[in-house]
Amino acid sequence: MFTDILSKLMTYFTYPFVRYAFIVGVLIALCSSLLGVPLVLKRYSYIGDGLSHVAFGAVSVATVMNMTGTVLLSAPVTVLCAVLLLRRGRRSNIKGDAAIAMVSVGSLAAGYLLMNRFGTSANLSGDVCTTLFGATSILTLQPIDVYMCIALSLVVLLLFVFYYHRIFLITFDEEFAQSVGIAVNSYNLLLAVITALVIVLAMNLVGSLLISALIIFPAVSAMRLFKSFLGVSICSGILGVVHSTLGLLVSILAGTPAGSTIVVVHLLGFLLCSVAGWVLRECVS
Amino acid sequence: MALLIADNVVPGYDRKAVAPAVSFSVEEGNFLCIVGANGTGKTTLIRTLTGLQKPLSGRVIFDKGFSKTQAGFVPQFTHSAKDFPASVREVVLSGCLSECRFRPFYSRVHKKRASENMQKLEIEDLSSSSFQELSGGQQQRVLLARALCSAQKMIFLDEPTANLDPNASENVYQLLERMCQEEKAVIMITHDIKGALKYATHVLSLSGENAFFGTQEEYAKSTLSKEGGENVY
Repeated sequence: MFTDILSKLMTYFTYPFVRYAFIVGVLIALCSSLLGVPLVLKRYSYIGDGLSHVAFGAVSVATVMNMTGTVLLSAPVTVLCAVLLLRRGRRSNIKGDAAIAMVSVGSLAAGYLLMNRFGTSANLSGDVCTTLFGATSILTLQPIDVYMCIALSLVVLLLFVFYYHRIFLITFDEEFAQSVGIAVNSYNLLLAVITALVIVLAMNLVGSLLISALIIFPAVSAMRLFKSFLGVSICSGILGVVHSTLGLLVSILAGTPAGSTIVVVHLLGFLLCSVAGWVLRECVS
Repeated sequence: MALLIADNVVPGYDRKAVAPAVSFSVEEGNFLCIVGANGTGKTTLIRTLTGLQKPLSGRVIFDKGFSKTQAGFVPQFTHSAKDFPASVREVVLSGCLSECRFRPFYSRVHKKRASENMQKLEIEDLSSSSFQELSGGQQQRVLLARALCSAQKMIFLDEPTANLDPNASENVYQLLERMCQEEKAVIMITHDIKGALKYATHVLSLSGENAFFGTQEEYAKSTLSKEGGENVY
């Protein structure tokens, strides 16, 4: 039984597109789970959700225009929206909240409308479904997508490590950071740009509707187990990679859609972490 | 020359002044207490001094090569987010960040300073505890230790002893007095006039039509303090 699965996997791994899928999957999972920690703690989870819909709109436009690398259009558009939304979100008033919902729903609708009117593809609903839920898109990656993904992930990872302590401080206490002369606004901007990049990347893996799961689940699961920022960050990164890899494996073996399988594995992982956290606390006290 | 000069500073929000114009200067080794009843604009003033908000008019001038990165700030205590994962050590160390400039990680000097400040506030045995699970007084001491890490020349405190027991308060006052002896400046908001006057060198009172600024002796003599001592506090 076990050797059967192993040999089946070995056969799959001889195909380059399966290897690409795993490289991209692990990198995206790592970036989004690390980034998820400050985003969840700053209560920016909903901005991630809004941005993923913007990315959907941008990808639709790129598809209609028959662009080869959709990232070339979706990345700058999403970054721009991230910057605008974060500016509004900082004021944390009713309008700011509504603005996020408006931008997100608006781009979702416009994206679908464009694809419906000007789409050249014969299988329209299939295309839309793929962009929304990821479907099999991770297995149809071109080498250029993979290189772009690797490059962007490395940039995100380096920025995260380099600015780790500053990210902690502006997440924990923005006012103190500002009072000692740290350029809080610049770092918030940086966070917004990285978030947008990660979302554009993650669209390849799980599709735009499910991206928030990659960002939020690992961070929240890690917070059930650890009480320090470093502990949560490391655990979140590990959980993100492990869960996404597991999800990909299952989806390949069982022939299920990659995106939703990954998200369900994340959900199960979160439940496990919650139980483990509860047991840990009960044992200690 | 002074480290910090407030030149006719009017603190306020949305074009509405919350306190009269104040002018004063703080030099190295000074211990300035800001006193006044609730709603007299003490917190707004200290936020203006630390640069968290702009004054409605007037100027806050830093001098002698003093910059914000050499100051520490202990904000008024509020219960922080209940589920934020952070250890005491991480919080205290983050006070050293303003000095890091282009350096991504803390140096050995920073780690040593953080340990020393945790010792000074008697929280070294809590260093790996979770910040969110501490009591109010313990959290207050952690935030004080963090401010000490960044306060190379000056420290701003907004009611630092409000949540502390008498022993811990006394400890904090002595700590601040020692900082003054090391030629650092202390600017503190307090309601504990009796305790504060023992250590203060200067007093800024925001009660009444006009703000009062003078040395501790002048304040003790002035009628303001008598009124304040009996009625307001």
